[in-house]
Amino acid sequence: MSSRSVIPFGPQHPVLPEPIHLDLVLEDERVVEAVPSIGFVHRGLESLVSKKDFKEMVYVAERICGICSFGHGFGYCDAVEHIMDIHVTERTDYLRTILFELSRMHSHILWMGLMADAFGFENLFMDTWRIREKVLDMLEAATGGRVIFSILDVGGLRRDVPDDMLKSFLPVLDDIEKELAIDIKTFLNDSAVKSRLCGVGILTPEQVETLGCCGPFLRGSGVKRDSRKLGYAAYDDIDFEIITSNDCDTYGRTFVRAYEILQSIKIIRQAISKVPSGEVMVPVKGFPQGEHMTRLEQPRGEACYYVKANGTRFLERMRVRTPTFANIPALTETLQGCDMADVPILIVAIDPCISCTER
Amino acid sequence: MNNVNFVGQALKNLFSKPATLNYPFEKREFPEGTRGHVENDMDVCILCGLCQMKCPTGAITVDKKAQTWAIRPFSCIQCRCCVDNCPKKSLSMDKMYQEPGPEKTERVLDLSDKQKEVLAAQAKAAAEKAAAAKAAMEAKKKAEAAAAAGGAGNPS
Ligand code: SF4
Ligand code: SF4
Repeated sequence: MSSRSVIPFGPQHPVLPEPIHLDLVLEDERVVEAVPSIGFVHRGLESLVSKKDFKEMVYVAERICGICSFGHGFGYCDAVEHIMDIHVTERTDYLRTILFELSRMHSHILWMGLMADAFGFENLFMDTWRIREKVLDMLEAATGGRVIFSILDVGGLRRDVPDDMLKSFLPVLDDIEKELAIDIKTFLNDSAVKSRLCGVGILTPEQVETLGCCGPFLRGSGVKRDSRKLGYAAYDDIDFEIITSNDCDTYGRTFVRAYEILQSIKIIRQAISKVPSGEVMVPVKGFPQGEHMTRLEQPRGEACYYVKANGTRFLERMRVRTPTFANIPALTETLQGCDMADVPILIVAIDPCISCTER
Repeated sequence: MNNVNFVGQALKNLFSKPATLNYPFEKREFPEGTRGHVENDMDVCILCGLCQMKCPTGAITVDKKAQTWAIRPFSCIQCRCCVDNCPKKSLSMDKMYQEPGPEKTERVLDLSDKQKEVLAAQAKAAAEKAAAAKAAMEAKKKAEAAAAAGGAGNPS
């Protein structure tokens, strides 16, 4: 019988800039158990609702996470708007959709870089991040911030994105599409890359359902579920197919994310061609009273925003269920029985956002 | 060879211009509306304190007595809330990002002498107006009291 040893992974690990700690119980080179522990960056942002005005809370929600900043701000604003029965203008809906998809692009491209870094393809990592820079430039031009956009507000957007600026994004998107195609081909066809991804971290469709996974992790195992199909913002006017893969392994998850970037480009093109003119802000009067739960598809998967208000300036409760939190049980499942060398890849495969999870 | 594609890309990257800027010799052009850091025009500010009230992180302190406006740049999250709420448009968002530093200092700005005079003159005018209003009020009250007394002492 071989002896067991425990190897700590994180909270500081070169593959991941975020603090998650795993105790890996090894038998030779094989992981037999992985015990996650989180709680290194808990900031208590949810309880801030009792101290910050419900409008100021938008800034806090946006800063729950750097990469899905737009998703968090959107979830919060959408929930409060539902409670207050505010109907944002159609232009707002479209602009929010465009910005949401741009931020999905930047998040997925970031992930592809991290993945390339995890399996040791530095050149690919740098090339994807070079492309991501173009997305960030567009976001900065549109919102004034590269990662924290501060453009959302209860009732609409704090500034308009002019039509000619939207038009100027189109050639950039064409460029990105062309350049990404090369990288995506490398991700999906290169034999060296495939040998690191195929058959690693297999989860059957039944398993991902019972483990409660979400986002590309779920779709990578062939389950067709995407909260964008609920039709919030302008998604009900936009024609798109849910991308899934039947590979059920890390390769499948990479496939889903890669094609979702290209799909986001198509969604943005559609939205830009349809965006109506008009105001981007509707007046907000009074204080919210009631409760609401919003579900939305963030780049990493489905997030739920629960907001309860009591008719004063301060909300009573805010609760965020982040996608990474839902995917952690599946992560420990995939880690069981894997090779030690595959651990970084499996962890990166869920696109972990620990700051989101701990809030 | 199924990675011929990327070899081409890698070679191209090797011989093309760097994707990064040659800082500090080349400076980045920021797009219009980038939120860098907050600046205040002390010729225009009236020290009303609205920005202090609205700032979500409490980074701004307005001291009316000392006539200063202060910001703690390391607490500021560049949200632009103060700029949008300033009634005099004295606040603005500079495009350059906040300078880093070894200490979390506070930047205190004094009201310009010109603006101090303007505010003093305004305060004086307001005080005079208030005094005049008060005097008028008292005169009116007196007249009313006299009329009431006259009415009571004049049986018809
Ligand atoms: S809101 Fe504007 S005018 Fe008022 S104190 Fe602040 S900077 Fe000065
Ligand atoms: S930009 Fe935001 S955080 Fe910074 S001083 Fe203004 S209101 Fe405060």
